[in-house]
Amino acid sequence: MTLLLATSGTATSTAAVLVAAFAASSVEMVEALTLVVAAGTRSWRSAFEGTAAALVLLAILTASVGLPLAHYLPIDALRVTVGALLSLMGISWLRKAILRSAGRLAKHDEDAIYARTVGALGEKGAPASKRDGFAFAVAFKGVMLEGFEVVLIVISLGSSSHKLGPAALAAAAAAVVVAGVGVLAARQLSEVPENTLKTVVGIMLMSFGTFWIGEGAGVSWPGSDLSLPALIAFFALAATGLAFAFRRPIADRSSATVAGA
Amino acid sequence: MEPLRRAVRASAHFAWDFLVGDTPEVILTTGVLVALAFALHTHRIAAVITLPLVGLCGLAVGVWRGSGHKNA
Repeated sequence: MTLLLATSGTATSTAAVLVAAFAASSVEMVEALTLVVAAGTRSWRSAFEGTAAALVLLAILTASVGLPLAHYLPIDALRVTVGALLSLMGISWLRKAILRSAGRLAKHDEDAIYARTVGALGEKGAPASKRDGFAFAVAFKGVMLEGFEVVLIVISLGSSSHKLGPAALAAAAAAVVVAGVGVLAARQLSEVPENTLKTVVGIMLMSFGTFWIGEGAGVSWPGSDLSLPALIAFFALAATGLAFAFRRPIADRSSATVAGA
Repeated sequence: MEPLRRAVRASAHFAWDFLVGDTPEVILTTGVLVALAFALHTHRIAAVITLPLVGLCGLAVGVWRGSGHKNA
């Protein structure tokens, strides 16, 4: 019985890590791809070079800082650190997702961001050659900033639960799916239900964050990993309740504040 | 030297924006969560009930402030 509970607890937490890593990576990669495609309208070559440069820098950062941290920091200190980081990102993501679903913040509109970025790049005048510094900079910054969050989430989720490989694979799968959709139908990225994904990821990050902070500090959760589904259910209910409590009448929603990611 | 100074300043600015920004309640909640986890680790029931509730309170304050009550 104990073995059965332990096995189902591990399976549950593995599934939750995979879902969270995949969903978080998808959201961030959609945002990065929008900026790369916008930069590509000016110079595809520079947009790809900017993307490649950012990916190389992220890989160096991951290898030189993230992985040693995960290997050499004592496991309890790592869990508290990772838990704090996940809580921080989880509260931020969930807060924005709730405000958006309550109509208090404008929804994240990839089409509008694309149009705004293309417009801003157009104001710089036509590129002088096939290489273009502005396109490089926009693609580099977009991939670097969004990729940084993906790296943090994947390393945090993976290292504290000894599932770094599966978490990285889930993020890679998200990259392939988003890039595939981007190649086939770049303008359909706005159809991705981003706020729903952000809500799901925010709930999972908050749940994992609270769980790891407790584990790292020595709190013994009832049922160990089986507490995770209970925490996920608790924060899902809380998010639904808050979105309902703070919802704005539909007639007033046109004045919702426009905000970034 | 100037490029290095600019890079350090930009990194510090990014870190501040990422960790605090205009929602200090988020990092405050995280700090309280960590402190309470250590304070209550020998009181299992209290910790298991308190930690998720603190997270919920921090989230509620963030949503409340974000919904236009910042100056209330």
